[in-house]
Amino acid sequence: MIENKSLASRIRIVLTYIIIILAGLLCLFPLWNVVAISFSSSWAVVADKVTWYPIDFTLVSYKELFKDNQFWRSFGISVTRVVLSLVINMIIMVLMAYPLSKTEDEFRGRNIYMGLLIIAMLFNGGTIPTYLVVKQYGLLNSVWALVLTGAVPIFNTIMVKNFFVGIPKSLEEAAIIDGANPLQVLVRIFIPCSKPVLATVALFSIVGNWNDYFKGLIYMPKLKNLPLMSYIRDIVINLQQLAESGASAEELASAAQISSDALNSAKIVVAVVPLLIIYPLLQKYLITGITIGSVKE
Amino acid sequence: MKKTKYEKQVRAKKSYKTSQRYYHLMLLPGMIFLVLFHYIPIGGIVMAFQNFVPSKGLFRSDWVGLKNFERLLIKKDIQELLRNTLVISIGKILVVMVVAVLFAILLNEIRHMRLKKGVQTIVYLPHFLSWAVLAPIVYNLLGMDGMVNDVLNALGLESVNFLGSNKTFQGTVIGTYVWKEFGYASIVYLAAITGVDPGLHEAAAIDGASWWRRVWHVTLPAMLPIIVLMLAINVGNILSAGFDQVYNLYNIRVYETGDILDTYVFRVGLEGRQYSLGTAVDLVKSVVGLVLMLSVNGLSKKILHRSVF
Repeated sequence: MIENKSLASRIRIVLTYIIIILAGLLCLFPLWNVVAISFSSSWAVVADKVTWYPIDFTLVSYKELFKDNQFWRSFGISVTRVVLSLVINMIIMVLMAYPLSKTEDEFRGRNIYMGLLIIAMLFNGGTIPTYLVVKQYGLLNSVWALVLTGAVPIFNTIMVKNFFVGIPKSLEEAAIIDGANPLQVLVRIFIPCSKPVLATVALFSIVGNWNDYFKGLIYMPKLKNLPLMSYIRDIVINLQQLAESGASAEELASAAQISSDALNSAKIVVAVVPLLIIYPLLQKYLITGITIGSVKE
Repeated sequence: MKKTKYEKQVRAKKSYKTSQRYYHLMLLPGMIFLVLFHYIPIGGIVMAFQNFVPSKGLFRSDWVGLKNFERLLIKKDIQELLRNTLVISIGKILVVMVVAVLFAILLNEIRHMRLKKGVQTIVYLPHFLSWAVLAPIVYNLLGMDGMVNDVLNALGLESVNFLGSNKTFQGTVIGTYVWKEFGYASIVYLAAITGVDPGLHEAAAIDGASWWRRVWHVTLPAMLPIIVLMLAINVGNILSAGFDQVYNLYNIRVYETGDILDTYVFRVGLEGRQYSLGTAVDLVKSVVGLVLMLSVNGLSKKILHRSVF
C-alpha cells in the first residue's frame, strides 16, 4: 500500500507487531499453562514452578484420571447429551424452518407460528418456573432434562429459515411439478442447498451443549449424573471458592485430598480436547461465516 | 384445452391443500417442545404474585399480589444487585468493544500473513471455552497464591486479592471477560475495516494525513455503524451480567460487589427455595430487558433503517 518509511512510521509498525504478539501470548499463556501443569509432577505445581513447559515431566495425572470412574461417566453423559441434542435440534430446526420460510399466502397461519416463536425467543419463564416444570415432568437426574429443555434453538431456527428464504423458488417449483411433497422438497432440495448454515447451527448445538454446566447443576441433583462441565465445576471450582472465601486449613486439606492441581488440570485438558478437535470447523463456519448470524425478520 | 386448464387448477388446489397439512405437521414437534418447556413455564410466572408452596402447587398457593415485589424494594439487596449487575455488564460491553476495535485496527496493519492467522487462531479460541474450565484457570493465575501474585511479590509488590476483595472483584470479572471475548468480538470490526475503500486511505495519505489521523477520520467512521449495532444488540442483555462467569468466580466475601440478579435468583430463589421471590426478580429482569430490546430495535429501525433482531 503506502510505502512511507519515515522513522516514526517504522516505530509504529514495530509497536503494532509487539502489541499483536503480546495479545496472542496473553491469550495463549493461561491455556498453555494448564497443559504444562497437567504434565508436571505435583511438587512442581505446588511450588508454582510451571509456566511454559512441564517441570519434571510425568504422566501420573493422566494415569490417575484414567482410573477416575466418575470423570469418564460424566464424560459419557456429556457425549450422550451432545449427540441426542444434535439429532433432535437438527430435525426440529429444519422441519420448522421450511414452512416458516413460506409467505403467508403460501402457508396460511405462518405468521402466527412465527409470532409464537419470536415471543418464545424474547420472553421465557425464567429459571425457577422452568426448573419446577422439569421436576413435575419427572425429568430430574435424566439426560433428557438437558436435551429436551434445549430442543428448539429458536434463534438458530430463524437463521436457517432466513437461509431457506434465499433458495430460488424455481428449484422447488420444478420438484413440485414432478410430484414431490413438501417433505421431499425439504429433504432433496433445501437441505442439500443449505450445508453452510446447517453446519453452523450444528456446531452451535455441539459447542453449546458440551460447554453448558448450568443445566447439569440444576437438573442433576445427584453427583453421579453430572455432565462433564458441571462435574468439573463441582470438583475443581468449589474447592477454589472455599479457598478464596477464607476457609480453615483443615477444611481445605480435606477438600484438597479429592483432587490435586495437576489432576484438575488434566481434567480440564481432556474436557477441552473435543473442542480443539473440531476447532478447525468452528473457525471455518462460526468465524468466517459470522455474518450469517445477522438475523433479519 | 379448457379441460386441461381446469384440471391443472384442481391439481394446484389439491397440492396447496396437501402442502398446508404438511406444513402444520412439520411445525408440530417443535411446537410441542415449545409448549412443554417454554410456554408452560411462562405460565409459572404467576408464582411471582403468590406465596408459592411446592406442596400446594400453583393452583392452591395463596395469592399475595405485589408483596414479593414490595419485599424486594424494601430489601437493600435489590439496589446492590442492580448496581453490581449494571456496573459489571456495562463495563464488559464497553471495555470489550474498545479493546476489540483497537485490536482489529492493529491486526489489520499486520502484513505477515502467517503471524496474523496464528494470532487470530489463538485469540478466538477462549470464546469457545466454557467458564467451567476457564474459572479454574483464572484461580490458578489470579488467586492469592496464583502466578500473578507470585510475580508481584517477586517485584517487591504486595499481593492483590483479585477474587476475594470487594475492591477488585468487579474489575477481575470484567478483565477476565475481556480476555475471553475481545478476540471473537473483533471479527466483525475486522470485517468492517476490510470493507473500507483503500482509495480513501491513499487519498488521505497523499493529503499528508498521518496514520493516526487516517484511523480517526477514515477507519473509525467506517466502523461506526457496526459499533452502534453491536451496542444496540447488547443493550437488551444489560441486566444479564453473565451468570456462568460470576457464579464460578465469586464467593461469599464478595457478594457485596459480585452478586448479580442472575446469581441471586439461583442462590436465594432456587437453592434457598424462595421460589416466589426469585421468580419476581427474574420477571422484573425479563420485562426490563424486553422493553429495552424493543425500544432499541425501534430506534435502530428509525435511525439505521435496520432491525437489530
